[in-house]
Amino acid sequence: MNKRLINILVPLISIVLGLVIGAIVMAVSGFNPVDGYMALWNGIFMDTYTLGETVRQITPYVFSGLAVAFAFRTGLFNIGVEGQLIMGWLAAAYVGQAFELPAIIHVPLALIAAAVAGALWAFIPGLLKAKLQVHEVIVTIMLNYTALHVANAFIEMISGGGERTDKIHESASLRSEFFESITDYSRMHWGFVLALIAVMVMWFILEKTTRGYELKAVGFNKHASQYAGMNVSKNIILAMVISGAFAGLGGAMEALGTFENMTKLHASTGIGFDGIAVALLGANQPFGVLLGAILFGSLKYGGLNMPSEAGVPTEIVSIVIALIIFFVASGYVIRVALERFGKRKEVK
Amino acid sequence: MSFLEVLYFIIPSAIFYAAPLIMTAIGGVFTERSGVVNIGLEGIMIVGAASSIMFNLTFADQFGDATPWIGLIVAMLFGIILSAILAVAAVSLRADQTVSGVALNMLGLAVAVFTVKMVYDKGQTDSITERFSRFDIPLLSDIPIIGRMFFVDVYATSILAIAVALIAWFIITKTPFGLRLRAVGEHPMAADTMGVNVTKMRYIAVLISGALGGIGGAIYAQAIAGNFGASTISGQGFMAIAAMIFGKWSPIGALGAALFFGFAQALSVVGSSIPYVQDVPDVFLHILPYVLTILALAGFIGKANAPKASGVPYIKGKR
Repeated sequence: MNKRLINILVPLISIVLGLVIGAIVMAVSGFNPVDGYMALWNGIFMDTYTLGETVRQITPYVFSGLAVAFAFRTGLFNIGVEGQLIMGWLAAAYVGQAFELPAIIHVPLALIAAAVAGALWAFIPGLLKAKLQVHEVIVTIMLNYTALHVANAFIEMISGGGERTDKIHESASLRSEFFESITDYSRMHWGFVLALIAVMVMWFILEKTTRGYELKAVGFNKHASQYAGMNVSKNIILAMVISGAFAGLGGAMEALGTFENMTKLHASTGIGFDGIAVALLGANQPFGVLLGAILFGSLKYGGLNMPSEAGVPTEIVSIVIALIIFFVASGYVIRVALERFGKRKEVK
Repeated sequence: MSFLEVLYFIIPSAIFYAAPLIMTAIGGVFTERSGVVNIGLEGIMIVGAASSIMFNLTFADQFGDATPWIGLIVAMLFGIILSAILAVAAVSLRADQTVSGVALNMLGLAVAVFTVKMVYDKGQTDSITERFSRFDIPLLSDIPIIGRMFFVDVYATSILAIAVALIAWFIITKTPFGLRLRAVGEHPMAADTMGVNVTKMRYIAVLISGALGGIGGAIYAQAIAGNFGASTISGQGFMAIAAMIFGKWSPIGALGAALFFGFAQALSVVGSSIPYVQDVPDVFLHILPYVLTILALAGFIGKANAPKASGVPYIKGKR
C-alpha cells in the first residue's frame, strides 16, 4: 500500500472507530445508537435553518484549526488558540460597539483588531520561545486562563459592571439579509467566505512564498536553517504571530457574526481545543483543516439535536471527537496494521 | 480587622484551597519525572470530582460520615482508569503526549457530564449532604497564635495532601524506585541499558498521577464545591500543572507552589472583606498563578529545568 493512501486511510479509520465506539457507549448506557445517530444527522441536515446554523458553527472551527495547523507546520504546538480566540473576540466586540463607521471601514477594522489582538497574545509565547527557549505549550496553556479572566474583567469595564458587552453596530456585523432569507433566519453570516479565503491564504503563505518555506524549514530543523542563514528566532515569533492572528479572526466570527457581542465566560469556549482535533484530522494541510472543521463543526452542532430527539446527552459528540483524536494520535498502530495487511495481500 | 485576625482568616482558607492542587500537582511530578507529560490532569480531576459526588449522593445513607472518604477511593479508581488510556496511547502506542493529554481532558469532561445527565437528567447534581468536616487538632491547637492559624478548624484532607507530598518527596529522592523513575525521565536509553523497564516505570508513574489527580478532584468536589456540574473543575488541573512547574518538578516545591496558589485563590474569594486586598481588582488575583508560572519558566524566578526526556516517547533501539 502506498504512503499516500495510508495517510488518507488513517483519519478515515479513526473517524469510523470513533463513531463505532460512540455507538457502543450509547448502547451500553441504554440508548438506541441508531436513533442517536439519526438525531445527529437530522441536527446537521434537517432543513435550511439547521444547515445554515451548521455552516455558522463550522466557520470558527476553520480558523482555530488553521491556527493550530499553521503552528504545527512550523514546529510549534499552539495550545493557546483558545486564549488568542478569546482576545480576538473581545477586540472585535469592542471595536464593533465602540465606533460608528461606514460598514466598508468598520468590518475590516474590527477584523484587523481581532487579528492583532490574537497575534499579540501569541507574540508572548513566541518571544519567550525564541529568546529564552521556554516551551510554548505550558506558556500558551497559562495564557488561556489569563485571557479568560482578563477578558471577563474588560467586559465588566466596558459594559460598566454588566455581564456582556453592548450589541455591535450593524455596520460591523457580518450577518446578511440574503443568508437569513435563504436559510430561514439562521445566524449564518459572511464569515464562511472569510474562512475559505483564510484557507487559501495559509496555503499560499506556506507553499508559495519564501517566508513560508523558511517557516517550515525552521520547524523541521532549527540548526540547519540557522546554518543556511535564516533568522531562527524571528521565524519562530512570526509563526506564532500568524497562528495567533488566525485564532483572533476565529474570535471575530463569534463577535461579528454569531453573537454580535461578548458575554462573560465561565469556562473555555472549547473552540480552541477542538481546533487541535481539527488540525490533527486534517494532517495540518489547509484543505485538510477545512474538511476537519466541516466534520467536527457539523458533529458539534448536530449533537445539540440529540437530547431532544433521541434523549442522548449531547456530550456523546465530544466523546466521539476525543476518541477520534486518540486514534489519529496513535496512528502508528493503524499504520503498522495497514502495512501488515498490505504485505499479506502482496504475498498472496 | 487587625493584621493577626486577617491571618487567622486567610491561612486556613489558603490551605483549604491548596489541598486539591497539592494532590494533583504531586501526581504531575510523578509522570513528568518519568518522562511523560500529562496535560490530561484537568480531565482526570473532572472525572474524580464527578465520580466522588455521584458516589456520595448515592451512598450517603449507608456509609454516613465515612462517605466522603470512600468517595476519595472511588475517585482514585476512576482516575486510574482514565489515566490508563493516556498510558496506553502515550507509552505503548507512541502517540504525541500533549495531543493525547488534550484528548483526555475532552474525554474526561464529556464522559463526566454525559454520565451525570444520564443518571440525574440534568447537567448539575444536587448538593451532597456528607461533606468533609473540620476538627481541631488536640494540643497543637492550644499553642498561642500559631495554633489558631494552622491547627484550628483543619480539614483532614489538607493533612492528607501535605502528607502525600512528603511521602512523594521520600519516594522520589530516597528510594531505588524513585531513582529509577528519575533515570527513566532523564535518559531512558541509559536506564534501559542498566536493566530498568522503561515502559513499566512510565506506566506506573502515569497511573499514580491518575490516582492522585482523581483524589484531587474528589477533594475539590467534596470539600469546596459540594456538587458537580460542567464548570465545577475549571482550570484546577492546569493550575496544578502550573504548581508543578513553579515548584521546579520537585514534590516539596510543588507543595509550596500549590500552597501559594491556594493563597491567591483564597484571597480572590474572601479578599473582599480584607482591608487593602479589597482594593485590588479580582482579575489580578485570578491570573496571578498563571503569570507567575510564565515568569518562572522564563527564568525570572530561578531557572527551572524540565526532566530531559519529558514528552518524548521511548522507542527501543532508536538513538
